[in-house]
Amino acid sequence: MSLEITQGTPVEISEERALTDSRRQMVLNMGPQHPSTHGVMRVVLTLEGETIVDCDPVLGYLHRGVEKLGETHRYSQFVPWTDRTDYVAAPSNNLGYILAVEKLCGIEAPERATYWRMIMGELARLASHLVWLGTHALDIGALSMSLYCFRERELILDIFETFCGARLTTNMMEMGGFSRPIPEQLPGMVRDFCNVFPKMQAEYETLLSSNPIWLSRTRGVGVIEPEAAISYSLTGACLRGSGINYDVRKATPYLYYDRMEFEVPLGTRGDVYDRYLVRMEEMRQSISIIEQCMEQMPTDGPLALTESPYVIPEHDNVMKTAEDMQRHFIWVIKGFSPPKGEVYQAIEHSKGELGYYLVSDGTPIPYRVRLRTPDFVNLQSLPYMAQGAALADVVALIGTIDIVLGSVDR
Amino acid sequence: MDANLLSSYIFAVIVLNVLLGLMAYMTYIERKVMAAMQDRIGPNRTGPVGLLQPIADGLKLLVKEDIIPKHADRRIFLLAPLLSFVLAPVAAAVIPFGDSITVFGHEVNLYVADINVAVLYFLAIGSMGVFGIILGGYASANRYSLLGGLRAAAQVISYEIILGLSLIGVIILSGSLSLVEIVNQQSETLTIGPLQLPNWFILSQPLAFIIFLIAAVAETNRAPFDLPEAETELIGGFHTEYSGFRFSFFFLAEYISMIVISLFAATIFLGGTDGPIQDGVWWLALKACIFLFFYIWLRTTVPRFRYDQLMGLAWKVLLPLVLINILLTGFIRLWGLGML
Repeated sequence: MSLEITQGTPVEISEERALTDSRRQMVLNMGPQHPSTHGVMRVVLTLEGETIVDCDPVLGYLHRGVEKLGETHRYSQFVPWTDRTDYVAAPSNNLGYILAVEKLCGIEAPERATYWRMIMGELARLASHLVWLGTHALDIGALSMSLYCFRERELILDIFETFCGARLTTNMMEMGGFSRPIPEQLPGMVRDFCNVFPKMQAEYETLLSSNPIWLSRTRGVGVIEPEAAISYSLTGACLRGSGINYDVRKATPYLYYDRMEFEVPLGTRGDVYDRYLVRMEEMRQSISIIEQCMEQMPTDGPLALTESPYVIPEHDNVMKTAEDMQRHFIWVIKGFSPPKGEVYQAIEHSKGELGYYLVSDGTPIPYRVRLRTPDFVNLQSLPYMAQGAALADVVALIGTIDIVLGSVDR
Repeated sequence: MDANLLSSYIFAVIVLNVLLGLMAYMTYIERKVMAAMQDRIGPNRTGPVGLLQPIADGLKLLVKEDIIPKHADRRIFLLAPLLSFVLAPVAAAVIPFGDSITVFGHEVNLYVADINVAVLYFLAIGSMGVFGIILGGYASANRYSLLGGLRAAAQVISYEIILGLSLIGVIILSGSLSLVEIVNQQSETLTIGPLQLPNWFILSQPLAFIIFLIAAVAETNRAPFDLPEAETELIGGFHTEYSGFRFSFFFLAEYISMIVISLFAATIFLGGTDGPIQDGVWWLALKACIFLFFYIWLRTTVPRFRYDQLMGLAWKVLLPLVLINILLTGFIRLWGLGML
């Protein structure tokens, strides 16, 4: 029946079909314009009463061909496109891509820049988790949570704005570090946020964690068995909620995550509530990582690897010396040509493992760009979780996967 | 014409208009209170501190295009909002707003009607209001609306029973179904040792009061029991397809029901117009405001129930409790009368 709809056959709206086994089922088309599908996702539900018999997500309404666009842009031009995949955690997307290109070129950013990258990455995780918590709670009916979460997210966006001038699509990471200096007030802002946020988070938990309605809506709902979580190749909180210890930051550390002390929270039952707890704990760990970064970070030192041919030259000398001006001109107009080869770089994004696969043929434009976006993979588990669930659970399940359609459809 | 009947008519018109005005400002107060709870400002652009917002909202809804879906069952679709809207304020007819006053030499009673089965009348009218929702959901030819209508039907049947049974305790104690009589009984003073307490039924029927409160929220389809509407699941549920002033009829009905049921609760459990100093309608208004604030408070705080949990709460938790309450009250009453 759902196939019939996707082919565009008009379906009589008021008609309920009597099926061969004489049970009456109803097809409900949820989305693409629906407040709880978090964007333009469509889910075709087959209902029996309020119980879901079949659930069929239909994707692609926000497909912009990001991967193909990557094959027509120079390496540094693709960074703004990564912003627009998972637009609630843009710095993380930037980070993953830049790390992939840096791996391809065999360069590494200076220590201070790397620490700032980690801080921005963790702040992006917090911002993304706050959007998740707000919308997830809103879907389940806790109206105020979204406003509280967006209030705190505003502080993070202010930090982003101070750092790079943009709030949502940050285009923040650059090859070999940062070409702009760190604003003076930024460390203070980050510290203030780290002081304020845990209190706010405790407030959220008093509203939700032991609320009987919240518990009854999330406990035992959308259970993913550990085996199923692996076979669906879930990552992020969806996997860890089922009790499987896999975090890219621990498994294959990138940046300086091997220097950090943090824990990977794990769930025990694999239901919506466990994933909620896992993400809440992740937020606390993120704050701890940011604090450790602020502590360990050298106060002085270069921010960019300016000697490397792959890195944009310092702006200061561009107007002073002919060599620098030429180098700058060529870097901007022609881009840079990484060595031939292919590379896969995964990072722990707020939603799971975000992977960038690049193939270079030695020209300034990548031969192939492939994104492994975590929520696209995680979304596969929706029909599995929705089997036999109630209609009202679907919004909780979509929320618990934590999808951003920009990232799912790319 | 009979002078008493005439004064009843006039009073009914006044009550209706006051209710409509209150309802408009109820939306404003709700938005302001919610805004304060959610760390926002709320409406503040129309008029001083946004006071003209309800009028602007009403006007906007009146001039909006009135859309009737092609597949809709036209007659029922048009009837449903009217049914909701007409029945909502009718229930207020039995609520006593105070003792009689003298106007132009005539004694005017501050209630529209004092019927001897006022409690039953109130419940009956309240349960009829849901027909508007069910019919609207059915007639819209929209599956979300249909589900909303079905949910409303199941929910109201369940909670209507709880609501009715929770009042039995009060009725046993007062021995009357007339609201005027119930209020009069509550204005007596209860003396327990050195304590001077008002004889309000909230003190003698605390369990019934709590159950009534829960059932009243469910009865008016408000959060966390707003399943027929369920913005995030059913996208408005029964009123998805309604627009313009037809939508506003549903909206009006919901808010008027809230006000009326708050007045009713204040009358039954909190002594109505009875107060510590200078009895009067202001005490009733204050008590009703407490209930209305509670409604708004709930909406900002708690998540929504799931359909099966809603039913479970009604039948597995509230119904046994309310039956126990009736049993206990009955025994106490018999013991009080010396019949045990």
